[in-house]
Order: sequence, then structure tokens, then C-alpha cells
Amino acid sequence: MKKDIILSGVGGQGILSIATIIGYAAVENEMFLKQAEVHGMSQRGGDVQSHLRISDNKIYSDLIAEGKADLIIAVEPMEALRYLPYLCTDGWMITNTKPYINIPNYPDIESVIAKIDEQPKKVSLDADMIAKEIGTVKCMNMVMLGAASPYLDLPVEKLKEGIRTVFGRKGEKIVNMNLEAFDSGRKAAENK
Amino acid sequence: MKKLVLLGNEAIAQGAIDSGLSGAFGYPGTPSTEIIEYIQRSPEAEERKIHKIWSANEKTAMEEALGMSYAGKRVLVTMKHVGLNVAADAFMNSALTGANGGIIVAVADDPSMHSSQNEQDSRVYGKFAMMNILEPSNQQEAYDMQRYGFELSEKFNLPVLLRITTRLSHSRADVVRGELLSENKLSMPKDPNQFMLLPAFARVKYKKLLALQPEYDKVSEESPFNNFTDGKDKSVGIIACGLAYNYLMENYQDNECLHPILKISHYPIPRKMVEKITSECDSILVLEEGMPLIEEMLKGYLGNPLNIKGRLDGTVPRDGELNPTIVRKALGLGQFKSNPIPEIVEKRPPALCRGCPHIDSYKALNTSLEKYGKGHVFSDIGCYTLGFLPPYNAISTCVDMGASITMAVGAASAGLFPSVAVIGDSTFGHSGLTGLLDAVTHKSNVVIIIVDNDTTAMTGMQDSVVTGMIEDICEGIGVEKEHIRIFNPLPNKHDENVKIIEEEINYNGVSVIIPRRPCIHVIGKNKKAGGKK
Repeated sequence: MKKDIILSGVGGQGILSIATIIGYAAVENEMFLKQAEVHGMSQRGGDVQSHLRISDNKIYSDLIAEGKADLIIAVEPMEALRYLPYLCTDGWMITNTKPYINIPNYPDIESVIAKIDEQPKKVSLDADMIAKEIGTVKCMNMVMLGAASPYLDLPVEKLKEGIRTVFGRKGEKIVNMNLEAFDSGRKAAENK
Repeated sequence: MKKLVLLGNEAIAQGAIDSGLSGAFGYPGTPSTEIIEYIQRSPEAEERKIHKIWSANEKTAMEEALGMSYAGKRVLVTMKHVGLNVAADAFMNSALTGANGGIIVAVADDPSMHSSQNEQDSRVYGKFAMMNILEPSNQQEAYDMQRYGFELSEKFNLPVLLRITTRLSHSRADVVRGELLSENKLSMPKDPNQFMLLPAFARVKYKKLLALQPEYDKVSEESPFNNFTDGKDKSVGIIACGLAYNYLMENYQDNECLHPILKISHYPIPRKMVEKITSECDSILVLEEGMPLIEEMLKGYLGNPLNIKGRLDGTVPRDGELNPTIVRKALGLGQFKSNPIPEIVEKRPPALCRGCPHIDSYKALNTSLEKYGKGHVFSDIGCYTLGFLPPYNAISTCVDMGASITMAVGAASAGLFPSVAVIGDSTFGHSGLTGLLDAVTHKSNVVIIIVDNDTTAMTGMQDSVVTGMIEDICEGIGVEKEHIRIFNPLPNKHDENVKIIEEEINYNGVSVIIPRRPCIHVIGKNKKAGGKK
């Protein structure tokens, strides 16, 4: 099994936690992993992406070649489209539809959604809304992880173990909220 | 040993800890910062009392490392590529003094300038200083090269340069730990003249360094990190260095590469291996991250009859980092199908965070300077450089660490009025003090604004060396006490802050203004361990 995943969003939206949890599940599943992250200036509200690669075989490159990503998991809709050149022609786009507007020239959201809808294989959902219903918009990233989980070919239990590991320090309440966010995201994606 | 999933930077840190490290010195700078941060978090480092406090700048770090090496201990120095410019005096001369305890100088380059002012290639410095250079291609090599590097450094009694680039620094993969080595005992250099560079001694040491070069060649020829793999198709031979080797192999994941490949991760370049591949192949493709160092060496000044392809002939772009797509093109392999970025997608540059104190400092400064027009503010390197962008458009320059104060001094001497500098607290500690001393001794008519947010924010909240001492430092350097002004950059204090700035603009002399409010990320975030205070 091999999955090349582009994770994208805006600095501060929590894509690195998604990457860490998928990476945890993959390594626990005895797979190889490479995960390239963005640190530094872009983390201040700029566009950020992570190239996450998991495979049963040795992985060479830390970066995914254009046209080779199996999945784009985006926590922001315009940021889903930015990495389209990486997505293979039959790859899946899993994206949040709630825009994060921190630039004056953010495009019309209707046309952004229309572009996403042109994708032959896509799952789009308002993850911010689902997260708010659970408790806080902060767990939006776990809603997105849940939504992407059916396409990862990783055992759900291992992903949940990853959530427990990443959020464990913050206490049982936070862990449970994030697990609930994951389940809701997964359910929303399955009902699409 | 259990596998660890580590960033390239963390692999360096863990490798050094496991190889008998006694101290790490450095100044934060993307993409190098996580090396020392990892050591600061490491329980093993804490238990062994490995030195891990940030230094004031890269030069002091390099010199402190030399001192630790003098005392016989293994030491790691870390910095970003432009930091090596700051450390260059100590670095270049360390090739003459050499090392007693092993020294690894880990420098992280930033091709494509993700978070930097230029994309200089530190291998050039390594060659300049005539040091061994190690360039890992993956996280495991980054780990393994610590032990190898310390042993190499102690074998030749010379520092070793470890060069990495952004993508390896900031990419995670699994790493298997090796044997744990104990630290060196404290021991003075055997030769009491070793660290003495009076000209008569330096001349002897330089000859010794020159005489070592054939030994270097031998070591690099036999290095476990340089490999030649033969191939049937000799129309092209491929030389791939460090990370470029991964991008090459990525393109042969599913089908074998038929071309001979020379992987180089230890310099000086392994001469015999290079001679072999160049004599057997009709042409050579050089894949190297950064500048065309090997390509230029192979081509030579008068040109080489061999057909050498790479960054100089356009086979690979002349600037910017490599990636598997660029390498695929250079190999002449077909590109994979995909769709372009839709036109509606707009750029999303980094910006000052909501609630950032710099925003209010810039608003006050802009109001104070309105009547003078644009172009009066020299700035520096940090989050506050983002004040150049709209809607602030508050500063005009960003050149190198500390250049705000010194450029303001120069411009004031040329007659520019007002001449204002904006510098962060950590940058002031790094390189601002000497510039301020110039301002005082030149009796410059400048306003120096030290935006104090209590941290090194851009690189991720490292402690700043001058926290709590800025006013005392300024006064000690000779700024008059009544012209050291402090204000709280908040929206409701805008008018009084404007007034303070205007008063200091109107004072003919050196003024220091300190807008002081902690970075919003400092509040509520536990400061990372290991720092000062």
C-alpha cells in the first residue's frame, strides 16, 4: 500500500496534527513514512502545506511529484485548489468548505466551491460547523481527518490511537472531543 | 533500538546526543532552529547537563564551540546559511586552529528562500575553509553522520561542516538509533600552540592544512556516504548530491535506472569516482541542491570537452530548490498528468497576526511620520519585517541582522531626516548593540525603535538574550536616559505613543524608543525549556 497525501490550509489551522496522527497510524502499521512540513515565516497566516507519504516500501523523496498525489486533504477550500497540480487525475480531494479569509482579495466563495465541485472525486463539507456543534471550531482539523479516513486505507483504531497520543497531554475531555470530531467527520463523508 | 520518527533537524540532534555530545551552541534561524530546540527538550540532554542555551548570535556560538572543543569535548554548532556569514570569521579561522574535541558545524541552507534573504550554498564556505563537508540525503544519514562527523573531526583535528537544506530539516522519517557513546573527558590540546594564530604560527598551520588535502581525498573516496552504482546506459552518467539523490531515485521507484549514478554526500568530491563516471559516460548530469558547485568544478574555467548538464546549461533551473518534478524533467522522462491551479486562487502571503503588538507600533509610527512622506524607516529581520506589506507599508529596508540601526546611522550622516530604525529585541541582542555604539559615538540624529515582544517570535518563541536588559544596555552604551522611552503598543494608547515618537524625532541626537508588549503567542504558551532566565 502506498498513499501520497497533500495536506493544506492556512498557518495555524492545525494540519500538522492531522499529519502527525496519520503518520502515527502508518508507523504503528509498520509502514515507511516521510512527512515534509512548512516551518518559519509562512506559519504566520500564510498558505501552508505538508507532503505526507506512507508506503509499505522504502520512500526516497520527501516531496511528492506533481501529478502523483492520491489525496488532497484541505482544511480550507481555496487551499485545496492551490495544490491541484499535485493531484493525480483520479485522486480524491477532501476539503472543508468554510473559507478562512485573511486577505483583502479573497475570491468569491461561490466560485471557489464551484471549482471544487468540478472535481470528479471529491468530499466537501463544512467542517467548521460540525466542529462548532461538537464544542469548538478548534477540532475542525479532526473533523477533516475523520472525513478523509475512509480514503486512507489505515485501520480506524490506529488513527484513534494517534488522536489519543497527540491530545493525551491536554486531558481526557479534549481527547474525547477530538474523537467525537473524528467520528462526525467520518460519518459526514460516508453520507456524501 | 526502537525506531524514532524525526525531522531531519531532530535526527541531527539525537545523533549528536548519542555520539557523546557535550554542548550545542547556536542562534535560531529557519530552517535550522529545531536542532537545538530538540536538545533543549531532550531528557537525556538534561540529565547529562549538555549545554543547550541559545547564544547571542552565530559568531559567539561558533567561538563558544571552539572553546568547548579546546577543552576536549564534542560540540555542535547550529545556524542557518546566512548565519554562517556572521560566524564566518571564527569559522574560517577554525580551519587553521583545528579542533581538539570534535566540532560539527551544522548549517541549514534555504534554497528557494522560503524564510530567508538569499539562497547562498554553504558548501562554498566549506570548500573555502578547506573542511570536510557532509551532506545527508535522508534523516537516517543525518543521524549517522553525527558519530561519523565527530570521529572525522577528531581524526583530522579539524571542524566538519554538515550542510542540510530546508526539505530535509523539516521532513520527518523513521530513524534507527545506533550505539550510545560517552562524552569525552576534559582535556587541553596536546599542542599548546594549537589555538594560537599569531602570523608565524598561522603560516605553519596553513601549510599543514594544505598538506592534509590528499588525506581528505582518500577519506572521501572511502566514505560510506559516497557510492557509485554502475549502469549499462553510458550515454548519461548522473552525479547526485545529498537530497538530490532522493529526487533522482524517486523517479526510478518502479523501474531500474540504467545510467551509472554517483551519489555524493561527503566532500571534497571523491576524485577517483568522479574520474570513473566522467571517463565512462558520454555526458554527465549534475543534480545538486543549491549552487552549481560540482558542475562548475567539472566544467572548469576553460570548459570541459565532456558534455556537462545541470544548472549552468538550463537542464535544471539556475535558482531555487530541486524537487522530483524538476529532476524528472532533467532526466527527460515524461511528466505526470494533472490539472493547473485554477485562476481564481489568490496568493496568501504571511501577515502579522491579529492582536500583534507590532501592528500598533507601526500605526503609531506611520502617523508620526506622515508629514515627512515615505522612505524614512530602515528595518531588520523578524516578524516585524512583515510591516513592509500593506496595509502598513511602514518600513523600507530589510538587509541583514542589525542593518536597521547602521543603515539609519549612514542615512542620517547623508542628511536624511528623520532617519528611523525598527529592530526586534532578539535581533538587537544579535547584532544591534555595536550599531547603537556607532550611533552614539557618531552623535547621529536617529530614532531607534526596539520593538520588544519578549521573544524571538518568527522562529517559534525562543528566549531572547536581552530580555529585561534593553534599557540598561542602551544606557550603558551611552544613550541619554531621558531619550530612552518606553510605551505600550495598544490601540487605545495610539495618540500618546505618536506623541512620544514625535518628541524623539524632534530631538537632535540618538533616541531609543521601546514599544513593549509580549507576542500574542508568548501568552498562554509555555516557553520552551533550556533557555535563559
